Amino acid sequence: MKNTSVRKRGLIFIAIGWALLLIGDRVDELALSQGALVATYALAIASIILLTGYSGQLSLGHSALMAVGAYAAALSTNNLGLSPAIALVVAAFVAGLFGLILGFGVARLSGPYLAGTTLALAVSLPTIANQFAILGGEQGVAFDIGLPPARFGEEFSQYKWFFWICALAALLMIWLISNILASRYGRIFRALRDNPVAASLSGINVGRLKVVAFSLSAGVAGLAGGLLVMLISGVSPSAFPLSLSFSLLTGAVVTGVYNLKGVMLGGLILVAIPEIAESVVSRIGGSEGFTVALPGFLVSALLILAVVFTPNGPGHLLHKKKH
Amino acid sequence: MSLIVDNLTIDHGAIRAINNVSFIVPKSKLTAIIGANGAGKTTLLRTLSGLKEPNSGSATWNGESVLNRKPEDLARSGIMHVSDGKSVISELTVKDNLALSGLWRKDKKDVAKATEEVIEISPILGQRLGQISGSLSGGERQMLAIGRALIARPKLLLLDEPSLGLAPLIIEQIFQTIKTFVTKMDLTVVLVEQNAVGALKIADQGVVLNLGSVVAVDSAANLLNDPVVRSAYLGF
Amino acid sequence: MNQFITAVLTSLSSGAIYALMSISLVLVWRSTRVVNFAQAGQAVLTTFIGYEVTVRSGSYWIGLIAAVISGALVGAIIDRFFMRPIFKRVKSGPIVMIAPVVATLGLLGLIQAIIGFIWGFTYVSIEAPVSTDGYNLFGTVVAFSPFNLMVLVAATIAMLLLTLLFQKTNIGLALRASAFSPEIARLSGIKVDAVRTLGWAIAGAAGGLAGMLYVPGSYLHPNAMDVLLVFGFIAAVIGGLDSLFGAVAGAMILGFAINFATSYISYKLVFITAFALLITVLLVKPNGIFSSSKGRKD
Repeated sequence: MKNTSVRKRGLIFIAIGWALLLIGDRVDELALSQGALVATYALAIASIILLTGYSGQLSLGHSALMAVGAYAAALSTNNLGLSPAIALVVAAFVAGLFGLILGFGVARLSGPYLAGTTLALAVSLPTIANQFAILGGEQGVAFDIGLPPARFGEEFSQYKWFFWICALAALLMIWLISNILASRYGRIFRALRDNPVAASLSGINVGRLKVVAFSLSAGVAGLAGGLLVMLISGVSPSAFPLSLSFSLLTGAVVTGVYNLKGVMLGGLILVAIPEIAESVVSRIGGSEGFTVALPGFLVSALLILAVVFTPNGPGHLLHKKKH
Repeated sequence: MSLIVDNLTIDHGAIRAINNVSFIVPKSKLTAIIGANGAGKTTLLRTLSGLKEPNSGSATWNGESVLNRKPEDLARSGIMHVSDGKSVISELTVKDNLALSGLWRKDKKDVAKATEEVIEISPILGQRLGQISGSLSGGERQMLAIGRALIARPKLLLLDEPSLGLAPLIIEQIFQTIKTFVTKMDLTVVLVEQNAVGALKIADQGVVLNLGSVVAVDSAANLLNDPVVRSAYLGF
Repeated sequence: MNQFITAVLTSLSSGAIYALMSISLVLVWRSTRVVNFAQAGQAVLTTFIGYEVTVRSGSYWIGLIAAVISGALVGAIIDRFFMRPIFKRVKSGPIVMIAPVVATLGLLGLIQAIIGFIWGFTYVSIEAPVSTDGYNLFGTVVAFSPFNLMVLVAATIAMLLLTLLFQKTNIGLALRASAFSPEIARLSGIKVDAVRTLGWAIAGAAGGLAGMLYVPGSYLHPNAMDVLLVFGFIAAVIGGLDSLFGAVAGAMILGFAINFATSYISYKLVFITAFALLITVLLVKPNGIFSSSKGRKD
């Protein structure tokens, strides 16, 4: 029974991958670059869902954890000469380790401590990053993964290459996460979220599992951070503002904070919002302040509407209507 | 001029805690509601003081419904609820705890007078006015909780398990003090208790609850002497 | 010697501003069990209002009063028309624990965006009512100015007033009772909802004051108070999160740590010091240094 569900899930992911591959061959460059971004955001949202949806903790510092992964990827390619593929793995591991250390201090505490500490991290990390020469200051450091392999032919564009990498990484990781969540650990995570007292009474080391969940989530975020700077070919402090954390949280809440199936939609929304804002501005015009603030306004409004009207995700709402 | 509970039904989570319960609490009398743990006593009391919403039925005090109202409004209209065990704010001093139910009253002279009366009946509180309430003994805390309610000059007092967790000797004292308050201050009291004998001894009337339903309503004396009630529900 | 005296004085005046922010977080936490992240936005909004009033009236002091009053109003409105409905609405499901916090985050983004709509993203400053040039101490100019002194005095007065309000008045007793035990307060006839709104108003006023004291030494823009929010949070955690005295003490510890680290070691250490202090407190004494309450860990 369990094996068939694992196999079924695997088949679904392969089918999605195949579909993406076919779509990737038929759309233009802009769509490919946006597709790559959607996949990256979807992965980052999945890391939030893993943490918030399944272990009940709230992190506002995932932008900073993504930055950690991003710097790790760039530095390991530039300074250690690692291949980009390995650099992305390094990104996940370094961010995961960072999350483990931070999580050991904070994630086992209940209450607002994780949220506040990660907020502090997200606010201060850009400034701290600015001050270290090795991180390249305001300019940041470049992250260039190079041209797509020659065997794909001359037609194969850079953006298609990005899209392939991001989509593959996102699919693999989300598949992995969904398997974790369907396993015994997933059940324990849910027990932890819904009833930490009972969980601890039944012999589960609640504190340690929370740290593990946070570390896993940080690792996934780190990978997403590596992918993000690959797309913009460099990492700098300003690429990971606090507002990125808020956007990811919005993506997670809008699609249902414990619904992994919605991450693609979440990624799509995050990519769409700046586009929508831009088209609104080009239509009705507006001051510079309006132009700059509109995406943030839309994200925040969406977050509030989601919390007020579909706090447990749109899927939950549909489920309730059926009954 | 009495509390009339009619066909009241209350769910507690997925459980039907109170099922079609009806009884009358006569004015200026002490009515004990007794029954085993899980009989629904506390749920009933919390509903009467506005902390919980009922499913159906009615409950009126002097002709006015007490259901689905805010606890603070009910308190201001003379219905005071002393909840079980923890009805004292440990972080505040005894004096501040007593002052709470007088804060909103216009008649400050009467607040002072009521405070004096409470201290007179339970002098230990007077000696500890400046102490943090968390440092009081269980019996003293219970006295403080009841005393605090009385500062508001309630007409109807709802007491939830005042004997909970106290030593037998202290329980006797508490019950005696409650009796003194009732007569001195002309109170109507609903006393919810697991300690059936102690409660019935000071009560005028008894209501026996079992699994959310009323199984007997009678004078306290009759209930104490009814062998069927005694063996089936009071356990002695 | 001068360096030491300067470090002490600047620690006190920056600590005083952190203290106001910390107090506003603690006030809301005590009554609502939510860390109000929107406070950063509220403080910027009310400081912008103070800025407008200062520019139009030509008086910093009128601007200060306007900021404090509008801070109180904004705080009260947010509690009454935003937080209360959300608490009523979101009652079930796993999100119930985080929904109020997430709502304050959404509100933070919304307020910051609205500030951007109205005032844009350029940096503005409010001119200080007294000199910002450092005092001359034993023949050398130090980094402590009459304005820093004013900040210290103003914040101290505000904290004394708050202490009087909380310890000596009936309203203060109602605020404390509602924070410690809403149910018992309610059963004693206290209108806890209204008291909570009052708590939010006081918190908002403290945030507005913090903003007006912070900005003349810095700049005003939509994200100007993010850092102050973080420092206020750290100070609150050091102080145990639900103690007003702890909030002030925590803010002073943070102020001293940051100013001494930057003054004696490197100017780069502002955030690293703050963050290290936060993590240390959480590792060693997660209940905070000044809190008597327990049970923060699982």
